[in-house]
Amino acid sequence: MQMPKRSWAAGLAVALASVGTPAFAEGPAPVKIAVPVFLSGPAVGAFGEPSKNAADLVIKAMNAGELPPPYNQKGLAGAPIEEKLVDEAGSTATVVTEFKNLVERDKVDVVVGYVSSASCVALAPVADELQVLTVIYACGTSRLFDDGSYKYVFRVSSSQTSDDVAAAHYLLAKYPDTKSFSGINPNYSWGQDNWRDFMLSMKALLPNAAVDKELFPKPFVGEFGAEISTLLAAGSPIIHSSLWGGDLETFVLQATARGLTEHSRLVLTVGEQILARQGKNVPDGSIIGGRGRHGMLATGNAVNQWFLANYKKQFNTAPNFPAYHMLSSLLGLKAAWEKAAAAKGGARPTTDEVAAAFTGLTFETAGGPVRMARGKGHQGIEEVAIGTYAYDKKTDQPTMHDLVTYPAECVNPPEGMTSADWLKQGMPGAKC
Amino acid sequence: MARHAWLSSGVLIALIALAGGWLPPWLLPQSTIALSNGLAVLGMIVLWRAGLVSFGQALYYAGGAYAVALSERYLGLRDAFLLVLIGTVLAGLFAYVAGFLLARYRGIFFAMLSLALSMILYGILINSQTLGTSDGLSVSRATFLGFKAYRDHYSWALFALVLGMVWLAAIAVERYNSTVAGSLSGPMIDNELRIEFLGASAKKLVHLKVVIAGLLTGAGGAIASLSVEHVDPDMAFWTVSGGFIFVAILAGTASVWGAFIGALMFEGLRTTALAVMPGIWQTILGVALLLTILFVPRGIGGLLFRRRKGAAGAKP
Amino acid sequence: MVGLAILVDGLIYASWLFIVAIGLTLIFGVMRVLNFAHGSLYAFGAYSSATAIGLYFDHGRPVVFGFLVMIAAALAVGFVIGLLLERLLLRRFFDKDEIVTALVTYAAFLILEDVLRLIWGAQGLVAPQPYRAVGMVTIGGLAVGVYDLMLVGLAIVLALAAWYSIQRTRFGRMLIAVLYDREAAAAFGINVTKVYLITFLIGSMLGALGGAVTAPRISVSPGIGVEVIVIAFAVIAIGGMSSIGGALTGALIVGFARALAVHLAPTLDLFVVYVVMTIVLVFRPYGLWGSAVTRKI
Repeated sequence: MQMPKRSWAAGLAVALASVGTPAFAEGPAPVKIAVPVFLSGPAVGAFGEPSKNAADLVIKAMNAGELPPPYNQKGLAGAPIEEKLVDEAGSTATVVTEFKNLVERDKVDVVVGYVSSASCVALAPVADELQVLTVIYACGTSRLFDDGSYKYVFRVSSSQTSDDVAAAHYLLAKYPDTKSFSGINPNYSWGQDNWRDFMLSMKALLPNAAVDKELFPKPFVGEFGAEISTLLAAGSPIIHSSLWGGDLETFVLQATARGLTEHSRLVLTVGEQILARQGKNVPDGSIIGGRGRHGMLATGNAVNQWFLANYKKQFNTAPNFPAYHMLSSLLGLKAAWEKAAAAKGGARPTTDEVAAAFTGLTFETAGGPVRMARGKGHQGIEEVAIGTYAYDKKTDQPTMHDLVTYPAECVNPPEGMTSADWLKQGMPGAKC
Repeated sequence: MARHAWLSSGVLIALIALAGGWLPPWLLPQSTIALSNGLAVLGMIVLWRAGLVSFGQALYYAGGAYAVALSERYLGLRDAFLLVLIGTVLAGLFAYVAGFLLARYRGIFFAMLSLALSMILYGILINSQTLGTSDGLSVSRATFLGFKAYRDHYSWALFALVLGMVWLAAIAVERYNSTVAGSLSGPMIDNELRIEFLGASAKKLVHLKVVIAGLLTGAGGAIASLSVEHVDPDMAFWTVSGGFIFVAILAGTASVWGAFIGALMFEGLRTTALAVMPGIWQTILGVALLLTILFVPRGIGGLLFRRRKGAAGAKP
Repeated sequence: MVGLAILVDGLIYASWLFIVAIGLTLIFGVMRVLNFAHGSLYAFGAYSSATAIGLYFDHGRPVVFGFLVMIAAALAVGFVIGLLLERLLLRRFFDKDEIVTALVTYAAFLILEDVLRLIWGAQGLVAPQPYRAVGMVTIGGLAVGVYDLMLVGLAIVLALAAWYSIQRTRFGRMLIAVLYDREAAAAFGINVTKVYLITFLIGSMLGALGGAVTAPRISVSPGIGVEVIVIAFAVIAIGGMSSIGGALTGALIVGFARALAVHLAPTLDLFVVYVVMTIVLVFRPYGLWGSAVTRKI
């Protein structure tokens, strides 16, 4: 960092300050934050780029103190943030290796990133070994805290279970006579787990609905011809899908072109993601989720207003839920960091102190409050909103109606229970 | 090769292993993975000396890795030596079975069939909930003959372990190259019929090579799993095999050490490219491959060990 | 209805596979080059076509010319890239091992992937207008996109064109000669270098064409090339690597196998093509139409 020219008076002030008063003024040591997101590969468009944009926007605003209160302090308790953007792509060995490099070679203080479930699951134990604060921003797998508990790993966004449970609740509320349903989910853990959670939720809430077809197309190939034929033949009234990104866009285009959506209603648990780009092509009447309250499902609070306005201004498009997840993760980090710093009179907190402050924290995001209430205080839960979609031809805008917001305790398993167990037992303890 | 050369290389390796304790801590895991890949590349080279290119070594890599993860989970094993042994043996078993099929093929079809087998394993792993589907399984830290290593010492211990395996593998393969079976590799490329006239069975030779390559690759996968502390189906994907082939080109067939030096260089190149130019790291690798093919056609091994002549290696 | 759906789906998927794989089999058959860059050509073709569609459609212009525009864009891109690849790269490596030339194309593929991203960025492109413009048709109760049926038509046209060019034209005869024995063909005065160049250009354009006609059905994004390479390899390996008939047979088998899997056992879809390939190779080690390569003593 550049040291400004000093007069002897400033030099005296610095000398006095270094004797032991808290360091507020020029040059508190920067906080290095690594931001691993997808900069190459099929997830760039849907996840990597929006997340990178959000990170750039939010970190710059944080450093300038431009966020709405209570986030308006500059940097992290005054310390400027240095962002190091990294590519998340590669085999798990590469991801783990690069993670270790970030911590031990590049000496980053915090890591905020990762979408790929396999990476998150592999990295969590490593993060604890290296004792580096890691905020998983977007992985959806429920296995992260179902299968392990960690000291330095936090996830602000809830696992994908809540999306499917909320969807089932929505169907119970709006279409309680559903006779049967099918699913088309990408053939890997994300798709498989989402389908399992949806099936189990439906069994608990609408036990009379039968399962028609369970389809698992190969991810990132975009070949749905035979799948759509199968769904047409089955004729289920409801079709569940956790397809995302390019696959979701392709599926929606082909399904509407072949008339699948005239007789079947789509339930797209992560559909919010494509509304900004593909709004015209998503069929009216589809049920759309957004992994919480993001994008079109977000609240009107100050944080959301700030984010929406500035993101649109800088990037010419609306932010989708991965961008929101990045925002929430950074806000959570800031809240925890500043809480820890405040307890020390403003001094820079250690990793352990921030981790302790983060555990069990409640903080405000664009989607409302997030409470770190599961995974021994490391896993956040928040409200989940689901709505029905309609494209307003007059204004050329995607819109949602019949929005229902489910409280966090309704769609998340209670502390100490895994998703699968909770669902199999019929969701005991759910407060709806 | 002369005994004293093995002794001296053994001492050198031991010194490097010892030096691991003083190297910067982030260098060790990366080198361990690179050397594990080097083992797989050595397996590739054993096949390549006979003109066979396998696009499916990932099958054994994943096999060895998953064997470690499953042994920990279901057999409760924790000893690093035992785990690596199990991984190696299981991969060797896969290779033995697959070899019955693969030994009948050459050239492009050998490549394609080996690719198919590894992708079938990939499909099975993705669809299996017990095996962790695409998330894979975690691998806990191993102990070394009862001793638990803490934090950075664990990376050091693994580094020493992989170096030991590298040394053993190098000896074994050099020995193999000096046997009748090994010496027939080069002639096999030229003319299989003549080998048969000599009384050897080309099919059995290839089968043996497939097993050797499988053992080496399985060992690499096993150590990699301990270093990364995780296994997942991507380890069986064809691009992993592609990576091994890439390094094999860098390494060349001239010397067994080329495989490991090549693997270390590749890892260094990859990580530097990723850190310095994340947007075009693939281009950098592609250009490096082209330059190697153009200007260093016999690979690093050919550059460093110019005394060795011919594809099968000369005896001193 | 399920049986009919399997038939229709299988045929459509097979046609797509054939269109994608035919360029690869041509290049391999004649030049013995396993062209990894085929994936890049496919991707470039798809992106160019999507861009062209975006520019042309939506302005009330006639649909038919839209199709021509999208194909022309792809062929142009395929020609240019094919020319660059052949001239700058492959020409230097002709005397080398098959594996080495394959690796050269792999290096080219890596580079082209980055170039693609530099040109078009990371966002996916969608260009469904042609798909929608031709609507749907109902066959026995099943709604099928007319565009998909057009793919079947294109595959048939390509197969016939290939058959005719190879069997009935002079260039085709030269191709066969080079395919069987490069040195003998050269000895007979055939300009092998020119044949190679033209073959590679045609193969590249076909690869780009595959991408171009696929673009309206998918979201064109980085990484579509990687998937296509392996499946195209599998198809031509089943067929015998070097023959058009082989590519056709391979495409049909894989197409129907996949349709069966999706309708009856969906989780198998992930690796059904490899299982089929293994089974075929077990019984026919050189693929269905391949012939044993005679070895010189």
